[in-house]
Amino acid sequence: MEGNEAVAWGAVASGCRFFAGYPITPATSIFHTMLKLLPPLGGVCLQGEDEIASIGYCLGASMGGLKVMTATSGPGISLYSEHISFAIGSEIPIVIVDVQRLGPSTGSATRGADSDIQFLRWGNSGGLPAIVLAPVDVLDCYLLTIQAFNLAEAFRCPVFIASNKEIGMTRENMNMDAVEVPKIIERAAPPAGEPFVPFEAPSGSKTPYFLPIGGDVIVRQTSSTHGTDGYITTDSDEIARILDRLKTKVVSQVDRFSFHESYLEEDADTLLLTYGITARAARDVYRLQKSAGRPVSLLILKTLWPVPEKLIRKNAEHVQRIIVAEMNLGQYVREIERILPNKTIEFFGQMDGRLISPRQIQEVVAHV
Amino acid sequence: MSSLLNSSRPPVFCPGCSHDRMTRALDQAFSNLGLKGEEIVIVTDIGCSGLFDTFFNTHAFHGLHGRALTYATGLKLARPELNVLVTMGDGGLGIGGAHVLSACRRNLDITLLVLNNFNFGMTGGQFSATTPITAHVGSGFLNRIEHPLDVCRMAGSAGAAYVQRCSSYAKNLSEEIENAVRFQGFSILDIWGICPGRYTRRNRLTPEIIEESLARMPSLENPVPENLRKEYGRHYRDLAGEQAPVSPPKKIKAQFEPPESGRKDVLILGSAGQRIITAGEILCMAGLTAGLQATQKNEYNITVLRGHSITEVILSPFKIGYTGIEYPDVVLALSQEGVDRKKSFFNALNENVLIIQDSEVTVPPGKARIHPIDFKSQKIKLPDRALAALSVLAKMNRVIHLEMLKRALESRFKGKILASSLELADRVKIGI
Repeated sequence: MEGNEAVAWGAVASGCRFFAGYPITPATSIFHTMLKLLPPLGGVCLQGEDEIASIGYCLGASMGGLKVMTATSGPGISLYSEHISFAIGSEIPIVIVDVQRLGPSTGSATRGADSDIQFLRWGNSGGLPAIVLAPVDVLDCYLLTIQAFNLAEAFRCPVFIASNKEIGMTRENMNMDAVEVPKIIERAAPPAGEPFVPFEAPSGSKTPYFLPIGGDVIVRQTSSTHGTDGYITTDSDEIARILDRLKTKVVSQVDRFSFHESYLEEDADTLLLTYGITARAARDVYRLQKSAGRPVSLLILKTLWPVPEKLIRKNAEHVQRIIVAEMNLGQYVREIERILPNKTIEFFGQMDGRLISPRQIQEVVAHV
Repeated sequence: MSSLLNSSRPPVFCPGCSHDRMTRALDQAFSNLGLKGEEIVIVTDIGCSGLFDTFFNTHAFHGLHGRALTYATGLKLARPELNVLVTMGDGGLGIGGAHVLSACRRNLDITLLVLNNFNFGMTGGQFSATTPITAHVGSGFLNRIEHPLDVCRMAGSAGAAYVQRCSSYAKNLSEEIENAVRFQGFSILDIWGICPGRYTRRNRLTPEIIEESLARMPSLENPVPENLRKEYGRHYRDLAGEQAPVSPPKKIKAQFEPPESGRKDVLILGSAGQRIITAGEILCMAGLTAGLQATQKNEYNITVLRGHSITEVILSPFKIGYTGIEYPDVVLALSQEGVDRKKSFFNALNENVLIIQDSEVTVPPGKARIHPIDFKSQKIKLPDRALAALSVLAKMNRVIHLEMLKRALESRFKGKILASSLELADRVKIGI
C-alpha cells in the first residue's frame, strides 16, 4: 500500500473515529481511505468547505470525545494555523498529517519536499511547542500514526505527521506479521469523586484530565487566555503558570518519545543525520560506505519536535563532523547547529522535486 | 425549570445593550424547553456575541472568529443527542461566510443565533456585512460602497430549512429561539439589536425603528418549503450504515521463485491515461508473489489526462533504501513524452539493460538492448500497452514470470477486468 493509506489504517487502529479534510494533492488519498474505513465503523468522515473548517470540525469532534485526524499539504497547513494555535493553547488532542510538497505557496502539487519542517514547529501564534513525527517509509506511516494518536491523547495536544509526497504516494510492501503494534492510549478522565478542573494538571503530571463536552459534567473550552477553570483570566501569575506548563509538558518528556534509528560505527569520523524520505538514501550510503571500508555513522530522527537534544548529543559524541541532509534549503540543520556548536556541521539540501540520491550524499561524505 | 444563568458570571454588556435582553430570553427559552445545562452546548464566536458561553451553566465552546459553526458541526456529529447553539455577530457571519453557507446547505441540527447589531462593537464600530450604506461607522466611507447582506435571504437561497428574523426587543423573543431550537435541522435566527457603545452614538436606531424596518422586510415562511429535507446527521448515519465494511489490506503469499536473482529496477515511461501507475502496482504485487520487497515511486503532472506518467519499481530480495532508480535493469518505453522526460538518461545505459519499446516510440541512441513490439499491429490499445509490456517482460522471463503476473492480476482485479487482463497477458506476442 502507499504511505497515505498506511496513515489511514494506523489512525483507525488507534481508535480514530472522526476525520475531516479538504482535497489537496498529495494528501487526498488519506481522505479517500478514511472515507472508506470510517462510516462502516460508525465513524464520521467529512469533506470540509475549506481547510479552516476541516480542522475546526475536528476540534469540535475531539472536544466531543472522539479521536480525530485531518490531513493536508503545505497550502492547507497555512490555513490550519489559527486552529493549530487553538489546539495547542486549549489542549485539544488531534493528529494533523502534512504530506509535504514542494513550496513555497501552491508550489508543485506532485513534487515532494520537506518544506514545512520549521513551519510545523513555529506556525502557531504564541510559539508554543508541538510534537512532530517524521516517517521514513510506509511501515512508519502506520506505526508513527499510532504513536501520534497516543501522544495526542496522553499530552492533550496536536501531533503532526511530517510525511512527504515521496512517502505518502509511494507504494511499498509491509510485513505486518513482523510488526509490534504499540499499545493504544486513551485520554484520561479524572478519578471518580474528584472534581473536574479542565485546565489543571493533577499532581505529578503536566497534562490535565479530559472530559468531553456533552457528558454529564459541564465542560468549558475556550481559545482565549484562560485560568484552570476555563474562564478568561487576566491574572498574570496564573497565565504564566499555565503557559509554562504548556511549554514544558511536551518538551520535558521528549526523551520518552524520541523515535529514531541509530547506526553507530566505531571507526567513523562522520555522522550522517537525516529524517524522512532522505533517510532511505542515507541507509544505502551507510551500507555502501561500510562495505567500502570507510564507515560513517547514521542517525535517522523520527521525532523532530521537540528536538530530541539528548539523543542527538549522545549520537554525535564520538564524531567531529556531522552531515545533515534534508529535502529543503536548510531547516532542521539550524537545530543541529544550535545543539552542537563545537562540531563541524555540513549541510546538504535539495529543493527541486528530486530525491536526494545516495550518490549525492556519498559525494558530500567524500569531500572533506 | 430553574434558570441556567451563571450567577457568578453576570453579563457585562454596555448599559442599554440589546445583548442583555438576548441573554435573558435565551435563558427563558432553555427553561421553557426543559433543557438541563449538560444537554446544551453554547458555541460562541468572537466579539460581544463571544461572551455568551460564560453567562450560562451549560457546556461551552469558544473559539476563533467566524469558525463557531465548524466546532458546532464537529460537536453535533460526535454527540448527536446534544443541543448545539451558536451565538455569532454580524462580524462572524461575514468572516465565516463559507461556513454559514455550508451549514445552510448541510442541514445539521444546529441553531445559529445571529446577534446582528450592524457593526463591529468590540473593535471600534467598523462596518460589517450587514451595515446599511447610509450608516456612519468606524470605517470612514467604506460602508457607503459595499452593499449590506440580507442574512435571511442569503440563508434561504443557500438551502437553510428554517430562516427567521426578529427584533431583540420582540415580546416573543424567547419563543422565537425555542422554535429555532425545536426545528430538526439547521435553523438560523437573525436577531436585530442595538449597540449603544458604538453604533447608536452616531446613528439613530431605536426598538421602534427596528420594528418598522423588520415590517418592511419580505415575509418568511417556516420551515422553508423548498428547503425542507432530512436532517444531515440522521441522513449521514443512514447512508454510513449502508456502506460495506472494508476488508483488511491484502496479504500476498510468497509462492514462486523469481526468474532472476538479485535486485531489479524497472522504469516505466508513459503518458497519463496509459495506466502506468496501475502497471507499476501490478509489477510490485507480482514481485510479492515471489517473496520480493517492492517499492513504487511515481512522477506525473497534476493534470489528469495529459502529460507524462513515469513509475519506478524496485523489486529486491533485500530491504530497499532509496526509491529512485539511478540505473535501471529494464525500461518500458511506452510513450514519447515519457521517454523525452528521461532522454538524457539513455546514453549511459549499457548492453545489459533491456528496453521494451513500443515501436511507435523513438528511443534515444545508446547501447541498451532494444526489444521493439508493434502493439498497434497486435491491436493493443494505448491504455493496455503498459500491461501488455509487462506481459512481454514476463514471457521473456525477465524480472517476473507469467505465473507471477497472473497471480498479481488476480489479487488486483475482479470479474470482467480480471478476465480481460488475463486474456491480454496470454494474447500479447513477444516477437515483433
